[in-house]
Amino acid sequence: MKNLKFLALGILFGFILIKGEVISWFRIQEMFRFQSFHMYGVICSAIVVGMISILIIKKFKIKTFSGEEIKIDPKEFTKGNVIGGLLFGLGWAMTGACPGPLYALIGSGSLIVIAVLLSAVFGTYIYGVLKDKLPH
Amino acid sequence: MYCRLCFQKPNNIALSESAVTSISTLGITNFSGLIPAEIFNFSSLLTLKGFILIIIGGFLIGFGTRYANGCTSGHAIMGMSNLQWPSLVSTCCFFAGGLLMTWVILPIIMKL
Repeated sequence: MKNLKFLALGILFGFILIKGEVISWFRIQEMFRFQSFHMYGVICSAIVVGMISILIIKKFKIKTFSGEEIKIDPKEFTKGNVIGGLLFGLGWAMTGACPGPLYALIGSGSLIVIAVLLSAVFGTYIYGVLKDKLPH
Repeated sequence: MYCRLCFQKPNNIALSESAVTSISTLGITNFSGLIPAEIFNFSSLLTLKGFILIIIGGFLIGFGTRYANGCTSGHAIMGMSNLQWPSLVSTCCFFAGGLLMTWVILPIIMKL
C-alpha cells in the first residue's frame, strides 16, 4: 500500500509526458532542426523548476516520506559522459524517444515501441558485459 | 467535454510549418499520432530501414544511457538543476549525437 504514492507519481509523469507532446517523434525532429521553441521551453522550464525544488529541499532540509534526509549525489565525470552521451543522442534522434517516454509511448498504444524498449534493455545488458573493456 | 479533452491523446501535433516541410523531405507523409506509423510498425521491423531505426536506435538509447550514467531526465534536467558540470557535458553530447543523426545520418537511413 505504501508504494501507491510512487505509482501515482509515475502515472502523473506519464500523463504529463503525453500531454506535453514531448514523447512525439515529430517534436524531437523539430527540436533537432531548431524549428520550434516547444521542446526547449519544456526542458528549460523543467530545469528552472528542478533548481527551485532543490533549493527549497536544501534550505528547509526537507525529508523523505519515511523521514530520511534527501541527498543528491554529485555526478562524477568519466569518458562515458562524452562517448555514451553521443551514442545516446544518435538513438534519441532515431527513435524520437529517451528511456522515460518509451514506457509512456507503449502505454499510449504504440505497441511497436515494446521492440524499442526490449532493444534498449538489451543495450544496458551489453554495457554491463563490456563495462571493464570500455574507456571510462 | 473538457474532461474528455483532458484525457485525449494528442493526435495531430501542431508542428511548425518548417518542421512539416523538413520531415516531409524524409519521405514521411503520415503526421498523425505521436510516432510516424510508416516507419514504426511491426512489418517495417523486417525491413533494413525499420530494423535500424527501431532495434539499433533502441539499443543506442539503452547502451548510451548506461555508459553516460544518465539520460535526459538524469543529466539534462536533474543534473543541470543541481549544477553538475558532468551533466552539462553529457547534455551537450546528447545534442551533438542528435544533430549528427538528424542532419547527416537519418536522411541516408530513410533512403534505404
